[in-house]
Amino acid sequence: MRAIDPHIHMVSRTTDDYLQMAVSGIHTVTEPAFWAGFDRSSVAGFRDYFHHLTVTEPARAARFGIRHYCWIGLNSKEAEDIALAGDVLAIMPEFLDAPTAIGIGEVGLNKNSRNEIKTLEIQLDLAVRRNELIMIHTPHMEDKLKGTRIIIDMILSEPKIDPSRVLIDHAEEHTIKMIKDNGFWFGLTLYPNSKGSPERAIDAVEIYGTDRICINSSADWSVSDPLSVLKCANEMRRRGHPEEAINKVFYENPNSFLGQCPKFQTG
Amino acid sequence: MALPYRTMNAEEILELYFVENRSRLLDIASFLDRLDRYEGANSARTDYRYASFMQAVELLKSGLPGRTAAIQNLFSDPTTEPLESAVGLKASGAWDGGLK
Repeated sequence: MRAIDPHIHMVSRTTDDYLQMAVSGIHTVTEPAFWAGFDRSSVAGFRDYFHHLTVTEPARAARFGIRHYCWIGLNSKEAEDIALAGDVLAIMPEFLDAPTAIGIGEVGLNKNSRNEIKTLEIQLDLAVRRNELIMIHTPHMEDKLKGTRIIIDMILSEPKIDPSRVLIDHAEEHTIKMIKDNGFWFGLTLYPNSKGSPERAIDAVEIYGTDRICINSSADWSVSDPLSVLKCANEMRRRGHPEEAINKVFYENPNSFLGQCPKFQTG
Repeated sequence: MALPYRTMNAEEILELYFVENRSRLLDIASFLDRLDRYEGANSARTDYRYASFMQAVELLKSGLPGRTAAIQNLFSDPTTEPLESAVGLKASGAWDGGLK
């Protein structure tokens, strides 16, 4: 089968992972900018990282026939330092102009603080001015419900943002309905210890349907699996769902959402 | 096991998932036994995470629909006011009642 992983952090993965993904059927990925596991000390660290996302990683992926696209943004874990945030936001347009940069992400909230909210507001404004797609990171665990509510209110208060051009990611059982009811796309993340499993993801497909859902691995430097979207597709298959529905969830849906950016083309 | 392209029924779901979920249940029991066995168990059992965990176990037993979302909500911060600062804070898996 063909699958798109719309959220994976390939800068943290080995070249062998690219090979495994390519031979298994993942020929297109998008990589949002995220936290490196430590706070970067200056804007220069972000400049190098954005260069990595827009130049180095697409070339590494191409060796295996995989199309690599990225999202540019300041992640919420590093949004607390408002001065640094301002410096990073100033260099973002230069990288958003790259031919493989398809939008602003992953931006959102982490602990739901005032500075995180302020930084998100500025990035949403940038997205409006540039008409960019948006990928939203919602907080982890106990902070997710509150953060998702705040994020939805913030976006809906900006009438120039079309919810159908926003994917709110890391949704879980208690946040899916509010995201979908407000017209957004929602992402489910297959992350073994702190987010979701293939079984729970397919439960969500069965409960909420196959529309406006994208399933991703978010594979990075922590416990995660770059083949998890295919394992999740197999979970859907073993429950007896038809191939057409499986193809919709794991290929057509991400293709539809991401394809709203004219730069995006599947491999 | 379901044939291809046919919706499964509840008996088939039980057949497919029972053994792996039996294993998960034993992992939880083992976690609680381990906690009881180690020094400081009385103190650990007063932690807000332990209290939330045991409330979640009660929800599991409730037989009500929507148990997954109910447990997610149980662990969640129900407030709406932003934090003044996120410096030094990280997620712990359960809401501490606003102690931090």
